[in-house]
Amino acid sequence: MMSETILQVTGLTMDFGGIRALDTLDFEVRAGEILALIGPNGAGKTTLFNCVTGIYTPSGGDILLYQPGVRARTRLNGLKPNHVAEKGVARTFQNIRLFSKMTVLENVMVGRHCRTKAFILGAVFRDRKTRAEEQAIVEQSYALLKEVGLAAQVNELAGNLSYGAQRRLEIARALATEPFLLLLDEPAAGMNPQETIRLVQLIGKIRDQGHAILLIEHDMKLVMTLSDRIVVMDYGRKIAEGAPEEVRSNKEVIRAYLGEEG
Amino acid sequence: MFPLKDLKRSLLVSLWFALLTFPLMVIQVDPIERVVNWRWHNMFFVAMGSFVISVVSKVFFAQKEQQLARKRDAGDEVSETLFQRVLHEPRALFLLSMASLVFALAFPFLFSTYQTNVMTTALMYVVLGLGLNIVVGLAGLLDLGYVAFYAVGAYSYALLNHHFGLGFWTVLPVGGLMAAFFGILLGFPVLRLRGDYLAIVTLGFGEIIRLILENWNDFSMGPSGIANIARPGLFGLDLNLNMAILYLYYLMIALLMITVFVVNRLQDSRLGRAWVALREDEIACQAMGIDKTRTKLVAFALGAFWAGIIGVVFAAKTTFVNPASFTFLESAIILSIVVLGGMGSIVGVIFAALILILLPEYLRFLSEYRMLVFGAILVLMMVFRPEGLISNRRRIYQFKKKG
Repeated sequence: MMSETILQVTGLTMDFGGIRALDTLDFEVRAGEILALIGPNGAGKTTLFNCVTGIYTPSGGDILLYQPGVRARTRLNGLKPNHVAEKGVARTFQNIRLFSKMTVLENVMVGRHCRTKAFILGAVFRDRKTRAEEQAIVEQSYALLKEVGLAAQVNELAGNLSYGAQRRLEIARALATEPFLLLLDEPAAGMNPQETIRLVQLIGKIRDQGHAILLIEHDMKLVMTLSDRIVVMDYGRKIAEGAPEEVRSNKEVIRAYLGEEG
Repeated sequence: MFPLKDLKRSLLVSLWFALLTFPLMVIQVDPIERVVNWRWHNMFFVAMGSFVISVVSKVFFAQKEQQLARKRDAGDEVSETLFQRVLHEPRALFLLSMASLVFALAFPFLFSTYQTNVMTTALMYVVLGLGLNIVVGLAGLLDLGYVAFYAVGAYSYALLNHHFGLGFWTVLPVGGLMAAFFGILLGFPVLRLRGDYLAIVTLGFGEIIRLILENWNDFSMGPSGIANIARPGLFGLDLNLNMAILYLYYLMIALLMITVFVVNRLQDSRLGRAWVALREDEIACQAMGIDKTRTKLVAFALGAFWAGIIGVVFAAKTTFVNPASFTFLESAIILSIVVLGGMGSIVGVIFAALILILLPEYLRFLSEYRMLVFGAILVLMMVFRPEGLISNRRRIYQFKKKG
């Protein structure tokens, strides 16, 4: 049985001046799956992430989001990044973008921002509701940090963490926004083999909790073991799509990766 | 023991200083006798003095470096100063603030009225610094036109008092809100700007407000300003000048306490975290669901609010306002307070404001060298503590180990 579509991208096009970074791209993400997005450098994978999360406004096409429990679909094109996050789409960044002068815990607490309400008056007077909310933020954030294995470093400054730990912290921060779709941009980049193994377990666990994951990754072993389906991009176009085994033997894919003769 | 290379460099430094100070220290023109006195001995003193200072500072820095290296080898964390440790010990901090509060309350009885008056001014700058600290220190928005909001507050009271006879206590919140409104007004066009560009626009905004006040005679009475502004009232009592100064002093103490309380709570809240996140990384901050527009505007409005409040106090204190009080120099001083104190650190800002405002007062005995010494102290402070007097440390959370 095919599970329902939660993100549908149709004819997505993104132009930067004369350069077409994304060219009429079509694909969909289904509930509870891990979809990997692969392709050579400059294929437009991160551009796609930026379009989906509202950092870029696409030049053409549609990005439609089907939120669980909401009947109407949402068009994400041109929505501000913070509204996309409110709709339940969270992401990590290829070049780590943590709040490096804040502690590990505070980084995750910032992720709770869009699910909480306290404002100026609440902050100043600290009424009972605000205190309860604040307490909940701390507890939920700590729980998330335990999950990604950073419980021992809660009070460390984020900038002082090791590379692998920073990547995991980014995932925890993204999870704090309660997403149902998680976009991971090269989560294993720069990790050593042990760290990668732990990351694979973590991503598997996140999927099992019911989050759908859209993953950009260059580590083919990781992609092949984790993903349910793979979309292959080259020069802003989709050149192949399917289960890992299908994609592995696809002629187009081999050509894109290894050149004409391959 | 002391490397020859450093000795050579110190020698070079002393020669350079002798050359630089040559016109100032050596040549003295006597206009009456129409002769030039060549005070060559001064050149010798300058050279000797700078040579000694250079050598001593080099030895000092070398020792400090060695100490750090030894500690690093021993695997210790780089230790904080005693003062910094005291600040992070809740009980010690409490005792320290209680002691300073007692001292502050007793101040007018220990010192002259003049001193009290100077202290009131210093306290006003503390609050201004804390207000700007929200914008610059927490939200990371470099605002060079902060004095504009100060002017808005001051003129709100001056004009409302002049035309409608409104009292200090009525206008205090009005002035604050007016300034906050102007803060939002400035905030809208600069939402997309950051760093240098933001600094330039805010600088322009500050100048615009000042120029309007200077040139729109019908509205603000131009450069001649507004005089005879009422002092703050105390239940309709008639206060003599000394009493009024005392009253204003205690009023500022109260205002400062409220400000510290509010800023402290804001800093450690959902909103405060959003500000710091915005400062650290704008894109990641938005991707985490923080509304950039709203967060920035609130920072501008709240920062401006305090400036407006202090503007009202300023007008009431001097009983006279004119545009000359609101030049760029004021903005620069308030910004120096924030930077010198340590971005985002409340205690740091308090200390920096007291030092920056009181030091020029108490250096008066140095007469014309006053500002020279002041500048030297500023430079030294930034050399020894580039992060500001007291760097901001993030809050520590404790968790019990479960299971």
